[in-house]
Amino acid sequence: MASLRVNVAGLIMENPTILASGIIGETGESLLSAYKAGAGAVVTKSIGLEARKGYSNPTLVELPFGYLNAMGLPNPGIESFGEEVLLAVRGGATVIGSVFASEAEVFAQLSSKMEAFGVSAVELNLSCPHASGYGMELGVDPGVVREIVLAVKKSVTIPVFVKLTPNTHRIIEIAQAVQAAGGDSIVAINTVKAMAISIEAGRPILSNIFGGLSGPAVKPIGLRCVYEMYDVVDIPIIGAGGIETWQDALEYIMAGAVAVQIGSGIGRRGLNIFKEVNFGLERYLKSRGIESLGELVGTAHA
Amino acid sequence: MHKLAFLRIKETVVEGKGFKTLRFMFNRKVRPGQFVMVWIPGVDEIPMSLSYLGRIKGITIREVGESTKILGSLKVGDSMAIRGPFGRGFERLSGKTLLVCGGAGAAAVLPIAEEMDNRERVDIAIGARTKDELIFEERSKMYSDNVRTSTDDGSEGCEGTVVDLAEHMMKERKYDFLQACGPESMLSSLLKVGKEHGVSGQFSLERFMRCGVGICGSCVINGKRVCTDGPVFWGEELESMSDFGRSKRDESGQKIGL
Repeated sequence: MASLRVNVAGLIMENPTILASGIIGETGESLLSAYKAGAGAVVTKSIGLEARKGYSNPTLVELPFGYLNAMGLPNPGIESFGEEVLLAVRGGATVIGSVFASEAEVFAQLSSKMEAFGVSAVELNLSCPHASGYGMELGVDPGVVREIVLAVKKSVTIPVFVKLTPNTHRIIEIAQAVQAAGGDSIVAINTVKAMAISIEAGRPILSNIFGGLSGPAVKPIGLRCVYEMYDVVDIPIIGAGGIETWQDALEYIMAGAVAVQIGSGIGRRGLNIFKEVNFGLERYLKSRGIESLGELVGTAHA
Repeated sequence: MHKLAFLRIKETVVEGKGFKTLRFMFNRKVRPGQFVMVWIPGVDEIPMSLSYLGRIKGITIREVGESTKILGSLKVGDSMAIRGPFGRGFERLSGKTLLVCGGAGAAAVLPIAEEMDNRERVDIAIGARTKDELIFEERSKMYSDNVRTSTDDGSEGCEGTVVDLAEHMMKERKYDFLQACGPESMLSSLLKVGKEHGVSGQFSLERFMRCGVGICGSCVINGKRVCTDGPVFWGEELESMSDFGRSKRDESGQKIGL
């Protein structure tokens, strides 16, 4: 019997598809809707210490091969997010709590709150490409990454996932820093810093000028990052970036990912995408007589 | 994908006090009740229902904030940027239908009457705070033999809410469906009144929106995305939503009263 069940650093999921952070993850009920639609786990929107309104619109540009977005980390703040997590967890969802901050101590504080709310793992957002003082600005420095992961590891007992940015030439060093600090898993990649200009209006479209590119356009970049990291770290890698079909997921798995995150694909293909990817993977395993998806992880490496 | 389209304004019409319609060519198929995101460069991007769906489409603006005031100041020949259409609109129903419009909500509802194009099958109730704010009364009479109005202050039509008027009309004759758009408190009362008279219906909701394509989660109501699963919902769906008629999310995602 072919099995899609995966174990990411102790977090057991019935299938390898995970709802990516920032995608319909602001309320408990919408997290639950993604779980019921077939996701093996769901990641919350990145939550900070205080409520944040985010940037003014336009915050999204639709492009032929993906989306460009700069939401500006809108979130209700950690204190009022507990009830949302509880609702999703009570509904049976496996929830991963995403957090963002500008310093290690606050990351630790937020992660500890998330654990108390009942999440199964935390994901540190060290990769948002468009918020000053947060995300990628921290995640491009191996020393800072190490300090943050160390602080969070001291504050929680659940697995600590670290979502990394592709917007750096130091991705190997950063992945190694996560592992050295005791990080349990790496999620790669977040969006690629990018922009769009309206020639009619003669100005950038996003109110924030710069945003993050996602969708099929970034899949080759995500794959390359996962492939490179797989060669240098032992901790499990979760692949993300442009996954819309089971073939996309399988590419990431062969590159070295044990599981995958899906985000933009929900907008482009609908919430049924989780079931479609899982169905395709299962059929593939059966047709090849492979018992477990795990057997395929990293098989593209010579 | 919905490419950002720059469209030249062909006509502007003042509909009532503070209401203005902009007409433009937009060659995409649109259902009544669907919406577009309108970009006002340097200011905002806002969701707007299309109020005209023929070859020359239109949006009808109520000038309340900076964005809508700028849109209201556009003239023939100016261009505007939109993307869409988005969402699930009103269904084409077969049966006797009462259309109920609250204030600016008439913009989303009137295209249903045009699509039906059957004067006997569609009745229309239009409500506003005062006479000057009633819109699309003449346009409604082109598509229905039974158009009634209500105003909160009694300056035209029945004095009272459009829900009172709709209830009165439901007592007069049997309808198969209600289709409505307006403030959520109005929709919530209308849903109850409709139920008492055994009339089910579709209701168009409004929420703060960012992406329009169902990914950001800003517009969710009880896990449903208003931009993608709505904005038009069946009454039966709304009855199971604890936030309907009570609360919404602000820009940060915190739950607040309507």
